[in-house]
Amino acid sequence: MSTLRQTIMPVLTVIAVIMAFWYAMVPVMNTPYERDQAVRDGRAMTTGQMIARTYAQEKPILPAPHQVLAEIVKTTIGLKVTSKRSLIYHAWVTLSSTLLGFAFGTTLGVLIAVGIVYSKALDKSLMPWIITSQTIPILAIAPMVVVVMAAIGVTGLLPKAIISTYLSFFPVAVGMVKGLTSPEPMQLDLMRTYHASGAQTFFKLRWPSALPYLFTSMKVAIAISLVGAIVGELPTGAQAGLGARLLGGSYYGQTIQIWSALFMAAALAAILVAIISFAHKQVLRRYGLVER
Amino acid sequence: MIFGMNGWITAALVFWLFAWALNEFLSRREFGNGFIQKSVNLFIPLLFGITLLVLWEGLVRGFNVSQILLPAPSLIWAKLSQSSSILWTDFRQTYLKAVISGYVMGCGAGFIVAILADRVPFLRKGLLPLGNFVASLPIIGLAPIMVLWFGFDWQSKAAIVVAMVFFPMLVNTVAGLAAADTMQKDLMRTYAASYFQTLLKLRLPAAMPFIFNALKINSTLALIGAIVAEFFGSPVSGLGFRISTEVGKLNVDMVWAAIAVSALAGSLSYGALALLERFVTFWHPSIRRG
Repeated sequence: MSTLRQTIMPVLTVIAVIMAFWYAMVPVMNTPYERDQAVRDGRAMTTGQMIARTYAQEKPILPAPHQVLAEIVKTTIGLKVTSKRSLIYHAWVTLSSTLLGFAFGTTLGVLIAVGIVYSKALDKSLMPWIITSQTIPILAIAPMVVVVMAAIGVTGLLPKAIISTYLSFFPVAVGMVKGLTSPEPMQLDLMRTYHASGAQTFFKLRWPSALPYLFTSMKVAIAISLVGAIVGELPTGAQAGLGARLLGGSYYGQTIQIWSALFMAAALAAILVAIISFAHKQVLRRYGLVER
Repeated sequence: MIFGMNGWITAALVFWLFAWALNEFLSRREFGNGFIQKSVNLFIPLLFGITLLVLWEGLVRGFNVSQILLPAPSLIWAKLSQSSSILWTDFRQTYLKAVISGYVMGCGAGFIVAILADRVPFLRKGLLPLGNFVASLPIIGLAPIMVLWFGFDWQSKAAIVVAMVFFPMLVNTVAGLAAADTMQKDLMRTYAASYFQTLLKLRLPAAMPFIFNALKINSTLALIGAIVAEFFGSPVSGLGFRISTEVGKLNVDMVWAAIAVSALAGSLSYGALALLERFVTFWHPSIRRG
């Protein structure tokens, strides 16, 4: 009971305040349009009627949360998954390139980290550039990657996955360099006294000690990979994916569609991070690094 | 065609092997003199970067890679110097107007809320889990909504920048304010220091490494936010606008020039913050010498 009061109550309170603020802002944001309409039609409206109407507009400046939820329910449960308007279909398109990019990025990051840990020249020459590469607003390249790849005939999943790869390799590389160098000199010396080969030292000492770092970086990497996939969907002429829903919605002023795509993206991010956290706990438990 | 296709490739590969060997040699050697060691440590990554450019130039020329796919660095440089006035206008629109104002407002708001949250434990317990959650969300998706609310000009870009930098600043500052030792806080109590004295003289300085961490992360995030927001609509200038329109015309060299400008802006602001950090947190073990 005390943990409930300690941890969940404050969060719920903040969320409740945000929701209340949201509902309060809906009439404020949407009234000008409603008043325009009333003046145009020469209707007289009481304030109460006006406020009621602001919660049920078709293209509101700020939709109410229940409108967004209704749209999500309509486009997920109400439609067939194969339908082009199904949010699940679009979420799946985004998810698949996110996962592909994440897999590439994580592999690349681990390989780079291993290279850096084992080669001093690579450490000194590559590491500064890896850090510099992240001060570059790399998402700016996203539309170019997509359009240029389309110009040479590569479309679909791969261009978006490349963007996600570029974004997600960095946290993994940096985290793994830290992780692979985290064994203490004492432990490395012990491996030497066992006459362990390089591969044995790697798989029995360095790799297990790097695992906590790997999972922490993977949480960052999957989130950023999702962002990369969404931005990668912006320039493709709005075909499919959550990014395309965002862009399409902003072209036609379909605000409820934008918000529902946003909510879906947020849910996706939360689920992906939760899955990695779960795997994190399971693996650490098997290695005996946390208590059962 | 004396220096024909294979000439370029061979030259690039030879340069690569030479630079690799030199870097391998330099990084294995220990230099007694501190100054020389420092210059060598700077030279190694520099040579690596130059090698990448040479390889890029050589391979693009050697294999006759289409300009649309990947223009050579020399072409990008030519385009950059040719259209410097256009790019300056874009830079002013995106960086000087949107990024800086959004960055200052967002980091400022995050900082103030962090101080409040530190003072009110209930607020901290409510905001921190939320902040950590929001950090993993694709906030950049709010861009079309901000464009709808604040119009096409820089205000909407500044708004998305505020939304992107707020939570990293909040989370890091709160963590930083908790960084001061119990011993140190006790010492402040024995001095009968007031809350504000403790805050200004102990806890904020102790939080500075965390705050600078957020400032550095945010400098990149802010630029990304402003550029991506311009994909959703902007006046006829701005780096994001330039990138998205020139991509449509397949003027890839201009796109690369715009990317080079934003990369330079991103790296320079990061570097400036890192320098400022050294100056402000001179006492921190990672910076302190000797």
